[in-house]
Amino acid sequence: MKVNQDTIKYLASLSNFALTDSEADRLESDLGEIIKYISQLDELDTDGVEPTYQVFEMENVWRPDEISEQDAAPDALLSLTKTTQDHQIKVPQVL
Amino acid sequence: MKTASKEISAVSLVEEALEKAHRYQKEYQPFTWINDHAIEQAREIDNRIAKGENVGRLAGVPYALKDNFLSSQGETTASAHILESFTSPVTATAVAKLESEGAIMIGRTNLDAFAHGSSTENSYYGPTKNSKDTECVAGGSSGGSAVAVALDIVEFATGTDTGGSIRQPASFNGVFGLKPTYGAISRYGVVAMASSTDCVGFFTKTAADLNLLMEVCSGQDAKDLTTLPDYYATSPVKSGSKKIGIIKDFDNDAIDSEIRTAMKTEIIALEKAGHEIVLLDMPALKYALAAYYIIVPAEVASNLSRHDGIRYGFRSNSSSSLGELYQNTRNEGFMPENKRRIMIGNFVLSSGFYDAYYLKAAKARTLIIEEYQKAFSMCDFILAPVSPNPAFKLGEKVNDPVSMYLEDVMSVPLNLAGLPGLAIPVGKNAQGLDLGLQLVGPRRSDRALIGFAEELETINQQEKA
Repeated sequence: MKVNQDTIKYLASLSNFALTDSEADRLESDLGEIIKYISQLDELDTDGVEPTYQVFEMENVWRPDEISEQDAAPDALLSLTKTTQDHQIKVPQVL
Repeated sequence: MKTASKEISAVSLVEEALEKAHRYQKEYQPFTWINDHAIEQAREIDNRIAKGENVGRLAGVPYALKDNFLSSQGETTASAHILESFTSPVTATAVAKLESEGAIMIGRTNLDAFAHGSSTENSYYGPTKNSKDTECVAGGSSGGSAVAVALDIVEFATGTDTGGSIRQPASFNGVFGLKPTYGAISRYGVVAMASSTDCVGFFTKTAADLNLLMEVCSGQDAKDLTTLPDYYATSPVKSGSKKIGIIKDFDNDAIDSEIRTAMKTEIIALEKAGHEIVLLDMPALKYALAAYYIIVPAEVASNLSRHDGIRYGFRSNSSSSLGELYQNTRNEGFMPENKRRIMIGNFVLSSGFYDAYYLKAAKARTLIIEEYQKAFSMCDFILAPVSPNPAFKLGEKVNDPVSMYLEDVMSVPLNLAGLPGLAIPVGKNAQGLDLGLQLVGPRRSDRALIGFAEELETINQQEKA
């Protein structure tokens, strides 16, 4: 897998980064090196091996479907944002 | 550890800790914030002690909190610009448990931003310096916590270990560091890095203190459905002779010669103490680092997508549309290493590459788990180096991501398998830098692992004498 500026642009868009040109240049070589390193997994024979996604030993953990008291009140959460209006978070124009 | 009583006041313990914290901050920078209100909490503890109340097992004990634990005391920054000015309305379960036993947080400690790194150099606030040599790194990501304990500012500190972030800085600074079994301690209120390997743990000056902290903090939590049912206090501890596994090819040139010598010295001491050494062949472990740097970035990319500048933290003020606001905030708010990991994560998860990278790594993970299961059918614990080198120079690896990742080669395998690991100090090298080794045990063997570390602590003290 060869990393070029098109790869970096694509990954920056997936990651929601407005990269500068010098950052994009630097990332091209850094990501190229990292991908070269992780590609050594090709050597490992994994035929017929099942994947593992988590190491938690339990199946489902159930809780009653009831509304319980929350640790943070809506007002406390709303106070964390930069700008509010009419008890809602205000952001730049969407459309 | 020293607790407050009618004879020793909490105020005196906290005053001493705060004085040291301020004194060392300039030279070592272990803290992102020092809690001068701690004195008021100490007074309250003393008042309760005077009334004859039972304050708890950690009465008046000053501790340091890695700055990726939420608590309403001070801003939780995760040493990242994007969490600037974020004061949490909620408190992590682990913090609540420590404080309900009387522990007093005297400061928040520095880390690589979002715990991405092995040196604490990726902090937005600048690096923490090594406790023995200020030209060397503290290790990471929990560098500030390790240094706060090593400088004797606090009795203990919290950490998180996703791939070695407790054990490696512990070994770089000559303190004990425990990464418990995955799911032993609640992660509610801890800034997420990689959800399938993140663990809460501790730095202490003795192995016995780790036992006390596990008794206080472990256990199932309704707020974190990935906590295991309570097992710690009732888990078995086998007495007498143990079988200690050593991975056959540890004695190779990729590992620092003084670390190899420390391993050999420890092996001789263990045999002398009546333990049996078992040689292990674990060929899949060499692929653990590659698998780790696929699986963890994938989870990082997903977990860190929530940081967008809208609901809390830093927000870029130079955007005319919502899309631009997200992109500018994330670009200005994340450190270069955060960006590398997020982009690698999105790469290995993207269509066309998922099978070759993410799925392949998930299969490698199965092989690594099976290799450990086989090993623990032959031995009780594994003894291994924590990292291939002792603390390296500041700036030496920070611009070369792969060489920095290679420092994690011996710490990450057990995270992929969810196993507990415990770093123990084993002396110093010729330059006076600390050396450490790690003990690894099967899942849920934390209590036995700590017990064995206590035994090793005694053996090592006798050897030195």
